[in-house]
Amino acid sequence: MAMRFVDEFRDADKAHALAAKIAALCEPGRQYKLMEVCGGHTHTIYKHGLEDYLPESITLVHGPGCPVCVIPMGRVDDAMHLAAQPDVIMTSFGDMMRVPGSQGSFFDAKAQGTDIRMVYSPLDSLKIARQNPDKRVVFMAIGFETTAPSTAMTMLRASAEGLANFSVFCNHVTIIPAIKAILDSPDLRLDGFIGPGHVSTVIGCRPYEFIASQYAKPVVVAGFEPLDILQSIYMLMVQLSQGRSEVENQYSRVVPWNGNVVALKAIGETMELRPYFEWRGLGFISHSALKVREKYAAMDAELLFQVPGVRVADPKACQCGEVLKGVLKPWECKVFGTACTPETPIGTCMVSPEGACAAYYNYGRMNRTRVPEASRS
Amino acid sequence: MTSSREDLASTEQDEPGWIGEALREHAEHERHEVDAGHRRQLPLADREQQVLDRIDRARRRRPRVREERITMSHGAGGKATQTLIEAIFLDAFRNPLLEPLEDAAQLLIGGSRIALTTDSYVVKPLFFPGGNIGDLAVNGTVNDLSVSGATPLYLSAGFILEEGFGVADLARITETMRDAAVAAGVHIVTGDTKVVEKGKADGCYINTAGVGLISRDVSLGVAHAQPGDAIIVSGPIGDHGITIMLARGELDLEADIVSDTAPLNGLVTGLLDAVPEVRALRDATRGGVATILNEIAKAADVGVLVTEDDIPVRPEVRGASELLGIDPMYVACEGRLVAVVPGAEADRAVAALRAHPLGEQAAVIGHVRAEQPGIVQLKTAFGGTRIVDLLVGDPLPRIC
Amino acid sequence: MCLGIPGEVIELHPEQPDLAKVDVSGVRRLINIGLLDDDPPVPGDWVLIHVGFALSKIDEREAAAAMEFLEGIGQAYEDEIAALRDSLIE
Repeated sequence: MAMRFVDEFRDADKAHALAAKIAALCEPGRQYKLMEVCGGHTHTIYKHGLEDYLPESITLVHGPGCPVCVIPMGRVDDAMHLAAQPDVIMTSFGDMMRVPGSQGSFFDAKAQGTDIRMVYSPLDSLKIARQNPDKRVVFMAIGFETTAPSTAMTMLRASAEGLANFSVFCNHVTIIPAIKAILDSPDLRLDGFIGPGHVSTVIGCRPYEFIASQYAKPVVVAGFEPLDILQSIYMLMVQLSQGRSEVENQYSRVVPWNGNVVALKAIGETMELRPYFEWRGLGFISHSALKVREKYAAMDAELLFQVPGVRVADPKACQCGEVLKGVLKPWECKVFGTACTPETPIGTCMVSPEGACAAYYNYGRMNRTRVPEASRS
Repeated sequence: MTSSREDLASTEQDEPGWIGEALREHAEHERHEVDAGHRRQLPLADREQQVLDRIDRARRRRPRVREERITMSHGAGGKATQTLIEAIFLDAFRNPLLEPLEDAAQLLIGGSRIALTTDSYVVKPLFFPGGNIGDLAVNGTVNDLSVSGATPLYLSAGFILEEGFGVADLARITETMRDAAVAAGVHIVTGDTKVVEKGKADGCYINTAGVGLISRDVSLGVAHAQPGDAIIVSGPIGDHGITIMLARGELDLEADIVSDTAPLNGLVTGLLDAVPEVRALRDATRGGVATILNEIAKAADVGVLVTEDDIPVRPEVRGASELLGIDPMYVACEGRLVAVVPGAEADRAVAALRAHPLGEQAAVIGHVRAEQPGIVQLKTAFGGTRIVDLLVGDPLPRIC
Repeated sequence: MCLGIPGEVIELHPEQPDLAKVDVSGVRRLINIGLLDDDPPVPGDWVLIHVGFALSKIDEREAAAAMEFLEGIGQAYEDEIAALRDSLIE
């Protein structure tokens, strides 16, 4: 039984055709650098061996769109501090469980008896709060604009129910400032962007227009199946070959051009932009992250508990910052695969399921043989 | 190449804690291996290849447990479990009979070849669609013996019961075990009972040990795999693990999936009768098929290439896996085996398996090859290739 | 984190209008459809599911259009290969 809207976008035959078309669009002697912003795209690229279909002249640069990867160690320490408070049940997505702070990860703390539970949805966290009225349940909210609406809706629900023991440790970040930081970075010379897929269902495609108009780089909002990404690369190459720079929506079956107004309203009602926020690797970026609005202060874990808020420098050996900016490939990091492995991660890029290092280590660490169509150019 | 080693050396000095230790250790090994001429002569390939080789060397080194405390990862059947077994248990108990680390130990006692195995069952919930902790325990041990080429004969059953556990539930479990033993043709001949205070043992934990007689002239072991061998799986993967996840009720998922727990001795007999040349058999439990593929690659120092499209997975297992972002290849089965057979015997092996009700959907999923030893690769449905490494972490705690 | 899966809405919750049951390849889950309040889905609609919420409705026409494009490319490619093959027959 095929999975609809999934399997047809994993069809190998169409991939070969696209590979040939992409290779044909490459100007002889020219190198192309395309960045996929989203960690989910990085994951798909490696999981399906998509690079086998690309000619050598196209390099995919992995961007900072991995919300777990960009959390600085100090914030992880803050979360661990929250989890350690008496009567607190910390709830978190699986992705966060093994991210190392300076005193270990949630996983380590759990092994030592701290009540930390993995949830699939913030609604599960709410359920735990209802079931444990004598405990204080904290939800570790992470993610870009894709996930912020779900946190927002959950907060609205908690408020409507008058739930007094539920709060959110808000680490939601926004994608546009990160992309802008990449564009302004002198280290990179990119030709185009494979635009975030699910973030765009919420914010729509308009926010990317400045990339095309002010920076003259084409953007194609892409879906998450391998054919989606391959088609998006094709669309970028068409634009490049025609000297155009526009925003296009390859993922039109899911992404509405104007985004999801209900979702944006929910975010707006419950959260507001922080003046600045520290991103691992990218430093402090203004107006790039969300915090809980004053109106919902009773659900703001940062206010309810005293978080240390100490800034912790990354381990010297860690080069996550450069990997996140796309300046270094995962294997170019000095500690990749030796001291830093998925089992013993030094940095977030290796421990997050969407981290570029994790994706490369788990899926991509091999001699690559390109398909014939991709070798022709 | 030397410049990157120097860079690494300079960072070693300033880094505190486990990171500094790890850096020093790796730098030391690199120096030692290069100085002793152990580095394989590579053609001057690109920098990426050099890094891949460095990683390969790092992965082959003696495992050490870095954690101070046991975590759930150590029970997941993946990398951490393996490291724990090798660094703590194998290290302490080391002897030639233990070293193969197969599903059962093969012993010679008074001229007879005996297989001995043990397993503990901590599954939660105790009762789930398709079975309960009881038949899981019997079948699991029967299977470990069967895939060693033995005829399973006798089991022990040790119970650790929680104060407050329902006697009726215990009776249900033991009745199930009796039925499972009858179906498998084994006898439970000895046991033990302990009771612990409320709050421990989660209702009931069971440990089983089993002995069987190896009367065939077979010597099964993953280290025997050779380039050209075919890798076969006896049916759809991931049923048990997904059933357990759903049965826990934490994820609010419903589906018509049941555990595949079953005794495989009949299936194995049919296979070995038809194809005595089988090189290895493994019971795909914790850690899933991916773990076994990695064990083959490592033990025999061969490469493994499997094809995604050829791996049987039920649609519901696939749907649940996609929803949760997990890979069915790492999900536990309890009634499936993986067989390594000489390439020329693949068709006969599949036919033999399919002739048995438990092997209806048996299929060749890939082959052993000489290239890229120690590495398991998957040709995706999309046509690209990727690596399948050992599981890190523990997406499905307490499956069996 | 970006994980979004398409699922088919099979029934709306009788009491809670912001909940619906979806089916993903035979697996059924209750999800929150509150983010689609502007244009709530009905049984038979497909939605994108992310952390227990429906983020967007899947536009079947757009999906069909995407498929058509891909099929077109596939066909054109096959035609090209066939033409190439034919032209080599001397």
